[in-house]
Amino acid sequence: MASETLTTNMSTEEKRPKRLPSATVARHRHRPRRTSRWRGWLYVLPAFAVYLAFVILPGLQALYLSFWHWDGVGPATPAGLDNYTQVLSDPQLRSSIAHAALLILFFAGLPIILGLLMAAVLARHERRGSTFFKTLFFLPHVVPLVAVGITWRWMYADNGVINSWLRAIGLESVTRAWLGDFTFALPAVGLIGTWALSGLCMVLFLSGAQKIDPSLYEAARLDGAGAVREFFAVTLPGLRGEIRVAMTVTVIAALASFDIVYVTTLGGPGDTTTVPSLLIYRLAFSVGKVGQASALGIVLTLLIGLAVILINRFVRTQES
Amino acid sequence: MKSSRLETTTSYLILAVMGVVTVVPFVAIVLTALHPSGSPVSGLSLPDQWSWGNFSDAWTSAGFGRLMLSSLLVCAGVVPVTLVLATLAGYGLALVKPPGGNAVFTLFLLGLTLPSELIIVPLYFDLQQTGLSDSYLGVILAEMGFFLPFGVFWMRQHFLTMPRSLLEAASIDGATEWRTLRSVLLPLARPAMSTLAVLYFMWAWNQFLLVLVLIQNPENRTAVAGLGYFVGEHTTNVPLLAAGTIMVIVPVGIVYLIFQRQFIRGMLQGAVKA
Repeated sequence: MASETLTTNMSTEEKRPKRLPSATVARHRHRPRRTSRWRGWLYVLPAFAVYLAFVILPGLQALYLSFWHWDGVGPATPAGLDNYTQVLSDPQLRSSIAHAALLILFFAGLPIILGLLMAAVLARHERRGSTFFKTLFFLPHVVPLVAVGITWRWMYADNGVINSWLRAIGLESVTRAWLGDFTFALPAVGLIGTWALSGLCMVLFLSGAQKIDPSLYEAARLDGAGAVREFFAVTLPGLRGEIRVAMTVTVIAALASFDIVYVTTLGGPGDTTTVPSLLIYRLAFSVGKVGQASALGIVLTLLIGLAVILINRFVRTQES
Repeated sequence: MKSSRLETTTSYLILAVMGVVTVVPFVAIVLTALHPSGSPVSGLSLPDQWSWGNFSDAWTSAGFGRLMLSSLLVCAGVVPVTLVLATLAGYGLALVKPPGGNAVFTLFLLGLTLPSELIIVPLYFDLQQTGLSDSYLGVILAEMGFFLPFGVFWMRQHFLTMPRSLLEAASIDGATEWRTLRSVLLPLARPAMSTLAVLYFMWAWNQFLLVLVLIQNPENRTAVAGLGYFVGEHTTNVPLLAAGTIMVIVPVGIVYLIFQRQFIRGMLQGAVKA
């Protein structure tokens, strides 16, 4: 695609002969002198300065603060590793991490399974209206999560859509205020994430599957493979890259989930839906435990980093 | 390859089910917003009287007009400037390659996975000290910093695909880096930049936590942050809140429908390359 635009552009830009013999080109190669390479910093510096000041520096400060007891107002006292032992021992903090881990099933697991299912059924034939469906499925991913959460608050409410449908099919006994239920609140929150992220996985896998060489399918058919064998032998391996991406995005979304929980349950009922992000917010800005909030932030960051590394390694070993 | 009738039917059945599941919450919220203000709403019931007044109420008395304006302001600050900074840095790192550039790029890559939860606590106190708390400038700068890693990564990736011969030709012509960038590379970068701009708009519009913390006065918050706050305040008046929710969704929804190709390409390619 670049080459067409490129030639038209050059012809308007340049009046000299465009095509030089390759030998000449090689001699005059685009290799700026050392001094001019330093000028690259002029381009990089503005972005780097903003990034440094508003992300890297606060990140380091969080690390520093995590070794102090500080209420955000008065003087701070050194805490050693207290804040970290708290994260590992305090039942509330520990359970928040466990909740985030469970959310991975709903934010990452279910959407990826649903996406693969779609890819398996739809990939090999371009269906009429598939663009329309792609646009539609992707929509939840574009809407602010705050709005998604609020919408689902009413879906799950006493008189909400979910309960009225359950009543309609005679499951009156199952109905409840889902987000206020000690057992079901966390899965209910998780399913909101499933709704918000499934479309992303579907679109990702569908466009990935369209890039798979059709002759592989024909070969599989000739070998007498059924639809299931075909999926595991051709579609799934062909989608490795997309699966890795989907996992990375959705697992991060699960571990760092804040918006949905904040607007639906605020961690309740009891502590059944607390997640690390919510506790960081609460510890730092309502309870005045800035050090502990920072330690939890560091732990969360490390968990995310670990997850990203594991996902990438897992997929790479499969590839080799 | 021909597909059997059974296959076709199953495909469309699955598409239809998924379509319904995707659409129902949207339908529910629109129906809710059209119920008379303050009335109880159940299931997917149609309102007795269609109450379009909820939208004007939300806009004026619930203050969504002002919140939407704040959102626009933040987007107008974040999108163009971040776009320019990311483009410049992407160009510098990809083609001018300053000494130490690789280390800088690695640091930017790290930022792709840093959660906003990590930086939000120190950032709050930093901005308080510098007098930037409760100001749009503070939020804009914070969002810029937070969005830059992806942009730098994205633009660098784009500039790396530029054919070498193009740069050689430009340098033989005696064009400076700046001129090469402006007259040769930028016109070619338009698709990459428009995708990035659309993504930046969506992120800036949808950002919740940073605004919630960095702007303490609820009236000055963006639409999304104000909406999140109003959930606690106006839980009783569900139709009004639903109208507010729709108003928050519509701008980003419109941008998505207009630029959906850029959206999906950005999400897919950007993600694939990450």
